[in-house]
Amino acid sequence: MAQPDPRNAAATSADTLPRLLLSHARTRGDRPAIREKDLGIWQTWTWAESAARVRTIACGLAAKGVVRGDHVAVIGENRPRLYWTMMAAQSLGAIPIPLYQDAVAQEMVYVLQDADVRIAVVEDQEQVDKMFEIMAQAPSLKAVVYDDPRGMRHYNDPALLSLDDLEVLGKAHDAANPGLFDDAVAAGKPEDTASMLYTSGTTGKAKGVVLTHAAFIGRARACERLEGLTDREDVLAYLPPAWIGQNIFSYIQPLVTGFTVNCPESPETVDIDMRAIGPTYYFAPPRVLEALLTQVTIRMEDAGYLKRKMFHHFMGVARKVGTDILDGKSVGMGDRLHYALGNLMVFGPLRNALGMNRVRVAYTAGEAIGPDLFVFYRSIGINLKQLYGSTETSVFVCIQKNGQVKSDTVGPPTDGVEIKISDAGEILVKSPGLFKEYYRNPAATAEVKDADGWFHTGDAGFVDADGDVKIIDRAKDVGKLANGAMFAPKYIENKLKFFPFIKEAVAFGADRSEATAFINIDVEAVGNWAERRGLPYAGYTDLASKPEVYELIAECVEQVNADLARDPLLASSQLHRFLILHKELDPDDDELTRTRKVRRGFINQKYAVLVDALYTGKTHQFIETQVKFEDGRTGSISADLPIRTVKTVGAMREAA
Amino acid sequence: MSREKRIGEVVLDLQHISLAFGGVKALTDISFNVREHEIRAIIGPNGAGKSSMLNVINGVYTPQQGAIEFQGKSFAKMNPRRAAEMGIARTFQNLALFKGMSVLDNIMTGRNLRMKSGILAQAFRWGPAEREETAHREVVENIIDFLEIQAFRKTPVGRLPYGLQKRVDLGRALAMEPRMLLLDEPMAGMNVEEKQDMCRFILDVNDEFGTTIVLIEHDMGVVMDISDRVVVLDYGKKIGDGEPDNVRNNEDVIRAYLGVSH
Repeated sequence: MAQPDPRNAAATSADTLPRLLLSHARTRGDRPAIREKDLGIWQTWTWAESAARVRTIACGLAAKGVVRGDHVAVIGENRPRLYWTMMAAQSLGAIPIPLYQDAVAQEMVYVLQDADVRIAVVEDQEQVDKMFEIMAQAPSLKAVVYDDPRGMRHYNDPALLSLDDLEVLGKAHDAANPGLFDDAVAAGKPEDTASMLYTSGTTGKAKGVVLTHAAFIGRARACERLEGLTDREDVLAYLPPAWIGQNIFSYIQPLVTGFTVNCPESPETVDIDMRAIGPTYYFAPPRVLEALLTQVTIRMEDAGYLKRKMFHHFMGVARKVGTDILDGKSVGMGDRLHYALGNLMVFGPLRNALGMNRVRVAYTAGEAIGPDLFVFYRSIGINLKQLYGSTETSVFVCIQKNGQVKSDTVGPPTDGVEIKISDAGEILVKSPGLFKEYYRNPAATAEVKDADGWFHTGDAGFVDADGDVKIIDRAKDVGKLANGAMFAPKYIENKLKFFPFIKEAVAFGADRSEATAFINIDVEAVGNWAERRGLPYAGYTDLASKPEVYELIAECVEQVNADLARDPLLASSQLHRFLILHKELDPDDDELTRTRKVRRGFINQKYAVLVDALYTGKTHQFIETQVKFEDGRTGSISADLPIRTVKTVGAMREAA
Repeated sequence: MSREKRIGEVVLDLQHISLAFGGVKALTDISFNVREHEIRAIIGPNGAGKSSMLNVINGVYTPQQGAIEFQGKSFAKMNPRRAAEMGIARTFQNLALFKGMSVLDNIMTGRNLRMKSGILAQAFRWGPAEREETAHREVVENIIDFLEIQAFRKTPVGRLPYGLQKRVDLGRALAMEPRMLLLDEPMAGMNVEEKQDMCRFILDVNDEFGTTIVLIEHDMGVVMDISDRVVVLDYGKKIGDGEPDNVRNNEDVIRAYLGVSH
């Protein structure tokens, strides 16, 4: 329903996020801005209501002494009041810093110290407890405001305040200082800092990435133009707000374009809420798409004979012509009819079950996506596209264009972005969306942003004949095998991870004669597989050590080898041995980043014994590992891990 | 932050209770009391009479001797309906849920006693019946929110894992808005994580709603962590009563319950 865009001159000329909010409140005041499911009912707040709440919260923050330039930490799930708090902080010219809500307290200390956070607005008791745990280490923190009063009855620290009370305070403060809010919004400049996001970083300390209003708005406008986004879009906010992707898609883009953000009832209800809302604009990192596909695969394996047959038959049709139909290429009449029937019988219901029936534009980014996974979604008629970007670039560097989507590139640069490949093969970016600096870290800033304004992404890649950018791996991860052949671990890991049975993989091989890998099985998929075979197991560790499971994974690895053998560049990277880890890699144990990227160096150190075992011809290796539980306690898991040798293909002729 | 104690007067007083099934003496001369807002645990080895004790409290069994005093009123015997009307709710060791019904409907059954409109009016959602249902639904939704089971609202209970079914059972009991909650082995058959969750919910119920809780539990760790006072039964007799630390060091209890006497 693309209508003539009703946005008036005021909205397009609004050049800071708070001014955008106010212009939406004026021009589309009664359109829904934000929804949240509460007690089973979707509650809606219009733009006018949102703006009013932002005003109250802003005045409340001001009453608590927040002034222009202050840092406000915001910690929690996607909740309307936390979103308003971010807007309120920005209205005052203060800078919101969203933090990962599942980070343990000690991880938050650094950010609170580094940014001299004065006030933290948090979701619930869990986060309040964390704040009090570290208050002594972060002396700048003077006040903690909470949203959800549950369990808070007996807390009476003077530094603590409920958001309800803050709003009461704000109302009074607003009445006493009627010009305060409007003056603060009017004083904001596009080149002011809008937000600061801490990059998790697979190495070293987190860095505060300073992003301006102009950078955010400029990039969001570029995406809006490219995709023809209107104020009728719906987006589901289900990823951590501290992640740039979530921030852009569920906070910045709606503020710029004026569409509706929907907050799920709880993290567990996302699937249900997604079906209820039917978002038109959707963003998911590959791991989420992977998890969804795994669920579909499991359910289909459990389905009756006829349904299973039908599913596999039509998925075959979809693989053959689905993406071509989506791209508007010419497809024979017979195939079209066949696909249309499949759409009626399988793809339509499947899209509906995934909650993606209304999706107009879907993006995936954050990690490389397996080509089969990518094609699966596109072939059933979901316009899934890849984009490329990072926190430092306000995300949008490249976006695939409709009809020109390839599974192994991330598309051409967006409006205003220039791309250059350095001599070392690293991708360099110049864009109006670039970050200003790393907060109080000029050395780190200088390292990645050169004098001419080029940002060094740290990704290795090239631009193909169509002008599309192709990413290979993190530049620092790409290594060489002992025989000199290129070794791109991420590429291999992604191939492994496409199998529903494999959740995580870590490949080794740099400076070694052969490539090997650690595997994490997907407990849900393998568990289901085991149940259907009547294979009893007691938890992850037990399941992972079963010979049958090793057999299953060995088959997957051999298929990857066959695949790698086909590419002369990568044939040498075939995996010779693997083992299945006795525990799942976990961000709580520092093995993954909060965005679930493998921390290669750390794993290499932590599991040095296992890596050695892979290269010394052992058949098994004992290991004991410390694990951290959610409540911060530690325990240990031990196991004697078998090491499995697998077939490689082609025996690598040139090496022989 | 420590839980502020608001423990009040004795609300339930059991005096010299004896219960026998034919020649089998299930309970012999047991006396103990429960104070308002406290968490009171009953522990003991298998067959010690723990479940019988709960069944006496809410009137399923009638003791041959002894008296029960609840909120100042004395009864020679309770019956389940009166117990429910007086605000005693319970959960069951083996769950008492309608497996084919959704989580929502199961918890809604807990509102039964509080429904005023007749069965016909309810069936047709007639006049006030609709308003009443809305009000009850709100209570139920709050419980669903409290127990964090929003994702399973419409799921038939039979399809849920055991730990979650236990939570639904608790929800059904909470829907009565009870003054006293009897929990029969709320942690039985759960894994560590589920146990932790359940402990948190029990403490939260006690704290948020001020509900008095009497619970039977096998897991000593759990009992010692969350209860204010503990009664120990063995072969139908009371062998210990007091705060967790006292009970833990009681020789009789160690011998009977833990089976180690050295």
